[in-house]
Parts: sequence; C-alpha cells; structure tokens
Amino acid sequence: MCLAIPGKILSLEEQGTRMGRVEFGGIVKQVCLDLVPQAAPGDYVMVHVGFAISKVDPEEAEKTYALLRSMGALAGELFAEPPGAE
Amino acid sequence: MSQAKPGISLSCPVPLPAGDRILLGHGSGGKLSAELLQDLFLPALRNPILERLEDQAIVSVGGIRLAYTTDSFVVEPLFFPGGDIGSLAVNGTVNDLAVGGAEPLWLSAAFILEEGLERETLRRVVQSMRAAADCAGVTIVTGDTKVVQRGSADQLFINTSGIGLVREGVQLSAQLACPGDAILISGTLGDHGMAILAQREGLEFESALTSDSAPLHTLVGDLLDATREVRCLRDPTRGGLSSALNEIAARSAVGMELDERSVPVRPEVRGACEMLGLDPLYVANEGKLVAIVSPAAAETALAALRGHPLGREARVIGRVTEEHRGLVVMRTSLGTSRIVDMLAGDQLPRIC
Amino acid sequence: MKYLDEYRDASIARALAEEIRKRCTRIWVLMEICGGQTHTLIRYGLDELFGPNVQLVHGPGCPVCVTPLETIDRAIALARRPEVILVSYGDMLRVPGSHSDLLRVKSEGGDVRLAYSPLAALDLARAMPARRVVFLGIGFETTAPAHALAVLQAAREGLANFSLLSSHVLVPPAIRLLLASPQNRVQGFIAPGHVCTVMGYAQYAALAREFRVPIVVGGFEPVDLLEAILMLVKQLEEGRAEAENQYTRSVSYAGNRAAQEAVERVFEPCDQKWRGLGLIPQSGLRLRAEFAAFDALRIFPLAEVRPEESPECISALVLQGLRKPTDCPAFAVRCTPENPLGAPMVSSEGACAAYYQYRRLVSVKEAP
Repeated sequence: MCLAIPGKILSLEEQGTRMGRVEFGGIVKQVCLDLVPQAAPGDYVMVHVGFAISKVDPEEAEKTYALLRSMGALAGELFAEPPGAE
Repeated sequence: MSQAKPGISLSCPVPLPAGDRILLGHGSGGKLSAELLQDLFLPALRNPILERLEDQAIVSVGGIRLAYTTDSFVVEPLFFPGGDIGSLAVNGTVNDLAVGGAEPLWLSAAFILEEGLERETLRRVVQSMRAAADCAGVTIVTGDTKVVQRGSADQLFINTSGIGLVREGVQLSAQLACPGDAILISGTLGDHGMAILAQREGLEFESALTSDSAPLHTLVGDLLDATREVRCLRDPTRGGLSSALNEIAARSAVGMELDERSVPVRPEVRGACEMLGLDPLYVANEGKLVAIVSPAAAETALAALRGHPLGREARVIGRVTEEHRGLVVMRTSLGTSRIVDMLAGDQLPRIC
Repeated sequence: MKYLDEYRDASIARALAEEIRKRCTRIWVLMEICGGQTHTLIRYGLDELFGPNVQLVHGPGCPVCVTPLETIDRAIALARRPEVILVSYGDMLRVPGSHSDLLRVKSEGGDVRLAYSPLAALDLARAMPARRVVFLGIGFETTAPAHALAVLQAAREGLANFSLLSSHVLVPPAIRLLLASPQNRVQGFIAPGHVCTVMGYAQYAALAREFRVPIVVGGFEPVDLLEAILMLVKQLEEGRAEAENQYTRSVSYAGNRAAQEAVERVFEPCDQKWRGLGLIPQSGLRLRAEFAAFDALRIFPLAEVRPEESPECISALVLQGLRKPTDCPAFAVRCTPENPLGAPMVSSEGACAAYYQYRRLVSVKEAP
C-alpha cells in the first residue's frame, strides 16, 4: 500500500512548512519534513507521496544488516546457484 | 489450473475496454495501441507492405529500395531538457528510417497550430528543427501549416514523413530474430520518458533528467559497416524497451531472456523511477537502439556501437531463445525469473 | 541507493531463502498484507527462492483495490463538473467505477490530473483561484498523515478552493475480520511496514495475542520480505505467536507520533466500505466537522450514488484469501487485465492481475 523510498536530506528550508532537499540516487526533490522534526541534513528519511514519514535509524540498520551480511557471506561460500533456480 | 511461477505486471493494467471512445492509452505503444491497429486500421487499409508493420515501409522503384515513414509529435511540454518537439520530430523520423537500414535523406514537416500560439514559440521550434536536420544531414523539403481553433490542439502538433535510401543488401525485420541471437542495447534506458514526465508533472526534480533525443543513423551505419548479421533494429520509443522486444518476440515467434543486471540505467533515472514506482523497461527512449544480431556477430556489434559517441554504454542484455515463444522473460538480480509483459496503456506512477 | 540496494543483495536473499527451506517441516500459509509487498514478491519471483512449503496469500492491502465504488463514482461525478479540477494519484485513474473510470472521463473532457503528492494539488489551488481543486485522497494509514497536513495547510492559508475527497481505510479492522472468519486459513501475517512506520505495531501485538497468530512487521525489499517470512516460519515451527518487527530501520513500536497527531487532528474514525469486503465498522477515516470547508463530500451536492459491481466478480473472496483468482469462472476468460470486471484485476498489486501473469508462464513452462 505504501511506496516509500529512502533519501538523504541535503538541506532544510522553513517556508511555513519544514521542507528539505532530499536526494534519491541521482535525483533531488523537495520533500515535506514536518513529520520528522528530529531529522537533519545528512540523515536518511523514508519518503511517501512527497512527505518524510520516518527517519532511518542508522545504528539499527547497521546492526541487523551486519547479521544478514554474514549470513550472505556464508551462503556465498556454499552455493554457486540460487536454490530452486534452473 | 495449476500453481505457477509469477510473471509481472509492473503497472496498472488496462482501463475499461475501448468501447466507443479513443483513450490516451491507445497512443502509448502498448497493447491498446496494438489492438487499435489490428482491429481498426489494418482491416481498412490492408496491403502487403503495411502488414509487415515495421517502423518504416520499404518500397521499390526501378530497382532502388526506399524507406518511407511517417510520425506525429504531440509531446507536452514543448520544450524540455535535451530538446523540444521540433528536434524530437526530426530525430524521431530519422530514426524510424535508420532502423530500416536506410540512409535518411528528405523529411516533410506539417504543422497543426493552435490559435493563440506565440510566434516566438513556433520560431524556436522551427529553428530547432533546422539545427537537428543539419546535424542529421537531412533536408526538410516540403511542409504544410494548418491553424485550428483555440482548445483544439495542445499548442502545436507536428507530423512528419521521411524518405531514405535503403543500404544495398540490408534486410532488417522484426520477423527475423532467431533463437541464439544476441540482444543489444546502445545505452541507458528511460532517459527521455523520465525527463518529459518530470517536466510535465512538475515533479521538480532538481537534477539532470535529460532527454536522449538524437539521430541514430550514423550509429546504425557503423554497426552495419562492422557486420551484416543484424536481424532487426528498433528504437524503443513509446512503451519502452519492453514494447519493442515484445513486438519482435511476437513477430518472430521466439522467446527472449534478459539479464536484469546488464540493463543500463542512469542513477538519476533510477532514482526517479524508484520514487514513482515506475520500471525503466517501459519508459520511452529517443536516442537508443535495440539490435538483434547473430550470436557470432555479438562482440563485433558491441564494439561497433561502443565506438560511436551515442553507443558508449552499449551492452548485451539478453538472448533470443526457443523457449516460451512470444514471451520476454527477465532473469532478476536474485537469479529468479519474471515475465516482462507488454504494457496495456501508459505506465502510471503508483503510491502503493 | 543506500538503504535500498543492500536489501536486494542476491547472496543474502539466497541465504535467507535457504534457511526458510531448512526450517519448514510442513506447509505454512502466510499472508502479506501490503500491495507493495505483493509487488516485490512477484517482481523478484521470491517464491522460486523460498520454496513450496511457504504459501503466500495476498491480503487486501491495495488501496486501489479496496476503494469503494461509491468513492470512484463520486470522483467521476466531480470530475465532470466544469469548475472542478480532479487531482488523483496515478494508480487510481484506471480503476473502474460503476460505468466509467477517471481516464475515460478525461477523454470526455473532464479536467483530471495526475499528482505524485497532495502538495501538487495545493499548488494548483493557489495558482487557479477560479477553479475548485478536489484531491482524491485515498490510502491507508501511511498516506493519511500527508492528507491531514495538506488540509491543515489549506486551512492555514484559507485556500477556500481546495478540498479533499477522503476515502481512507485502516488495516487492523480488516485483519480482525479475516482472522475472525471461520474460513480463515492464514497462519501468520506480514504486517505492512509503511503503515506501521506511521502507526507503530501495538495494534498488531494485540491481534497476535488475541488470535494467537504470529505477526511480523515487514519491509518492502526482497531481503526484508524473506527475513520477515523466516521470522514467521521460526515462530510457527516453535509454536510461538508474537508480534515482531523485521523493519527496524523504519518502524518502532510506538510509530511516528507527529504523524499520528496530525491524523487525529484532522480525521476521525468512521465505518467504511471496502470494495470486495463490504462494510467494516470503524475501519475508515473522515474529515472532522471542523474541517467541513475542505470536505468535498460536504461541499458539493453529490447525488445519491447507487454503485453496481459486476455480479461475476468474486473479489470479496479473493481479497480474503478464501479463493484463488484461478477459482473464479470469469478469470482469464471474461475478466482479464484488458477487460477487468473487478478491482483485483485492475491494480498492479491486485491478486488477480498477479495470477494472470502467473498463469501464462506456467502454461508456457509445462508445454511439451
């Protein structure tokens, strides 16, 4: 139901509402940051229909990803082909 | 019916069936367009040349083969990063001839102008056409102008036709793809469509989404100089790479397998597509070439494309197969497969 | 793209899938609630990876599919008014109402415009004071805050020509309905990660406890979904029934308070019809009386709408996971993506549209 993608806040502007320039890959867009009052330039936010709805928690992300990464590395040693593929 | 392997439809399917009205989807180069062609135009106009349904018609006069094409340009906005309706019209027509293996020579340009259009706008467009024609080495030799009442046209429509001389010994057709053939693309996908969408919908991306509109005939020339084992060429415009490949797969009755990781997309196009939930495979291109070549000629073809300024990012992106004839299948980055179906109408941004 | 590409990593995906295969001692029936998750499942062919012991049933998490016919018919009626500019998200433009759809209305001369964000509708209202700009605000809890902020902004500026046609649905009541049904065969749920980004997951913890069913809040990339499925499988194999959070980089237990407050300020719960599921009490949102000036339902005289759904469409059963699209006699015969009878065939996340593609590749694969 909800297409939201992560983007990095480049800069902020208060124009009545709190707006930010947010970068997604190679593109920069103005996004409303009213819902993430704690977010600052350099932070990543999840953006849905032009509004940031959460600030990505980098520590949490790194912690859980480290575990996944080691799973992946282990699997890389064991498999040549993905399971179930022809 | 059995459990199955998933295919994919990355955008909302078709609206209510045609009924009595023409819909925007009929112009988008996907299934609806194809249906209109089959159900309305072909029955009325049927003849052997038309039925081949290539991007251009090859006609013979006194032993000389000419390529003849027509196109209309209704793009909105008229001016966009990387071009305008005028340069688009010239390059688009040149490309329709080029993918038939023809050297483009003469164009016509007919204008339908909306009452109230600013003269300056028209002047800019026409000057741009001149510049594009010079760059492509073609001449606009005949034209026409009509003016319609305010509201009847979106500022300015351009219809073109083009004539070119088909290269000796070259036979290109969507019916000639064979299992084993290599599928090549001359560069990054989705540049034009995303530039237009961003401009039109006021998406206000700050960045460099630029149309790739360009004349491809010298790129085609280099390719054909390097090898004659080229089965088919297409410029994947409306409907994107997916439409072009699906058409070829259908006409040649072959299957195709693409490798997701090989498909080149610029980072800014990717970012815009991710944001809007769009798939670059379905987005229009105006300066790219799809080439189906024999497996033996793949490397030569790739080198020829890469040797040309418009083909620096050329890649082999897949193979023609004898499996799943008529279907284009993509091997995803995870090693799984999904169908790349022909779009029904336009791809629409999604929120879900 | 950071926080996106890493979650599409092939070796991690394979490792998770292998783990899922190892852990399953039997078939488990799971439901992913969000249409965006269905989309990823299909787009990446994840079932090829995790194997036949995990059967995924697609839930009603596609706002396009569940928007009631009445809403679409009303939007169409408004779009036909000469003074109105009807602004909508793209994926709504094709959904069939009783007799037409918004794209058709556009072809007939209605001013229907596509927007990526409600902010665009506000801009339009400012730029065209002589026209009435109506924004078709559909969505789940994820999108409601954006609509709330748009209304608050309009109120602040006194943008009298802007209004919202609101049709919001809340997920937990629908899940409760599914769980309470005696025909329910779903044993575990992947809760919608962006809905929970806004709302947190306390409601799902309550459902897990009440119905003794494991629920894992999942993200939207292949690694997210595979990890969520693994967490569910582990719970099921171990006989646990808890709410867990896979999507920790975006979801917290409490959710986004600022977003929740904006919604509470502007909207109040109401009974809501879900296309295909019927009326679910207190499962929708409507504008509070205080914002009546921005409520399209109150501003415009809208005739009583008597919607007509195709009698053949069994979306209700499909949306509840009780029937597969392939069980429907109209499926792929009278009802196809080119000629849809109901919403799940229209939407890209709809189960029927997904199955339409499924069917094609299998018949191809099984051909001699």
